[in-house]
Amino acid sequence: MAFNFELPNPNTKDPKTNLGEADLVRRSASSVPAPARQLTPVAKLIDVSKCIGCKACQSACLEWNDMREPVGINRGVYDNPEDLTPNMFTLMRFTEWVNPETKNLEWLIRKDGCMHCADPGCLKACPAPGAIVQYSNGIVDFVHENCIGCGYCVKGCPFNIPRISQADHKAYKCTLCSDRVAVGQGPACAKACPTHAIVFGTKDEMKKHAEGRIKDLKSRGYQNAGLYDPPGVGGTHVMYVLHHADKPEIYANLAKDPRISPIVELWKGMTKYAGLAAMGAFAVIGLVHHVVTGANRVSPEDEENAKKLTGGRA
Amino acid sequence: MTAYDVESGDNVHPGNPVTVDRYTPGARVNHWITAISLVLLALSGLALFTPALFFLTGLFGGGQWTRTIHPWIGVVLFFSFAGMFLRFWKANLWKSEDGTWMARLRDVLTGHEEKLPEVGKYNAGQKVVFWAMSILIIILITSGFVIWDQYFAQYSTIDQKRVAILIHALAAVAIICVWIVHVYAAIWVRGTIGAMTRGQVTGGWAWRHHRKWLRELVGGKSH
Repeated sequence: MAFNFELPNPNTKDPKTNLGEADLVRRSASSVPAPARQLTPVAKLIDVSKCIGCKACQSACLEWNDMREPVGINRGVYDNPEDLTPNMFTLMRFTEWVNPETKNLEWLIRKDGCMHCADPGCLKACPAPGAIVQYSNGIVDFVHENCIGCGYCVKGCPFNIPRISQADHKAYKCTLCSDRVAVGQGPACAKACPTHAIVFGTKDEMKKHAEGRIKDLKSRGYQNAGLYDPPGVGGTHVMYVLHHADKPEIYANLAKDPRISPIVELWKGMTKYAGLAAMGAFAVIGLVHHVVTGANRVSPEDEENAKKLTGGRA
Repeated sequence: MTAYDVESGDNVHPGNPVTVDRYTPGARVNHWITAISLVLLALSGLALFTPALFFLTGLFGGGQWTRTIHPWIGVVLFFSFAGMFLRFWKANLWKSEDGTWMARLRDVLTGHEEKLPEVGKYNAGQKVVFWAMSILIIILITSGFVIWDQYFAQYSTIDQKRVAILIHALAAVAIICVWIVHVYAAIWVRGTIGAMTRGQVTGGWAWRHHRKWLRELVGGKSH
């Protein structure tokens, strides 16, 4: 039986891009006109319970994005590389967790990467016009020619995802394969996943598919199985099915209730307006003061007094 | 009593008008390196502070260059200001007349200097600017290092960087406001700018605004 969300093979004849500037709903440090059409929101669903940790997704990601990760060092864990890098947009994070109820050792494997937040902290923090964009289908993408490498996106992101390249000083992260989605494909990782732990489709389809998976997990004794689609960031376009959805933090510190840091909100919100107002007020007060009081000039009497003080020699 | 606020190089020349040496060439060069650095930092910093001013990155060769060069200018400013601090700190210590001067700020702003106490080389307003600059520059360089990701990204957590960038932005706004006060005062009080360009002011200027300093200079010369 064919799997529901088997991704199609590429159309090699005359592929048409169906994702462009006109589909932007947000553009960093600038505004965009309301798009004429609304694309169907898409989502990647990662079923952690089905992941076997093969890293085919990582390989496919490197392959499709034409990135190379240098051979690293074995640090005694399966995570390879050790962390997300400017080349490695997705990473299997392995956690050995002893379930306190069953005393079973559970090997939790979470595919980490950009969550494509509906309310993207990276985009809010970005000072460079058009360096980060959000499409109406939910994809949040970095536009490298506009990136200035300041690392503000790193501070804005509630999931610690963007990485700054020391080679070209630009920020990198998962694109949700926006270039593949643009021509009707799905992300390379989803295409490569041998167990269909990663599936891709419309967000509604993915939520529905997740429901079935959660029902199945619950029937197998995972009472707290659930969908990870955190509302604090407006929901995400990368979602997880977790067997312990009540404890996302056990999956290599997945944020329990992620949201854009209030400090970042304060920095990009009030500080900006109050700061500009304060600087403007000081300048205006100076101008008004000068107009009202006139210049503070030294009088001839002052010069005379100085002469008297220095001994009257002139 | 030692003349606490007469700095080395200060001197009075009788003549018509009387001229007073206020800043040595070294102090002036030091000041202008600091001043240029501060203006460049404000322009490059404001460019990244708000999208409305992002166009200012054009002055520095684009966004990447602005991001690269801003912290280095900060380092130049820090060392340059440190030099000024060593020159000027002593004459900027708070004295009893400074409290009185501050309490009569209304007379200061309305130009009734005859109602103010005689002050030394710096009045209370100048001292506030001096110490505010000193403190804000320390805050800015410290928070700046925390967010200088190109070289120091691994030495702080993301949470610390968030706090640092907020502090950096607030301190930057504050120092720009202090800078506006500093520049405005130099323009409003005519005859002041010459102190930092030619190094000299007139005797009348010193009599009107820094009489205690002028008296000390004249007194110091007579014995």
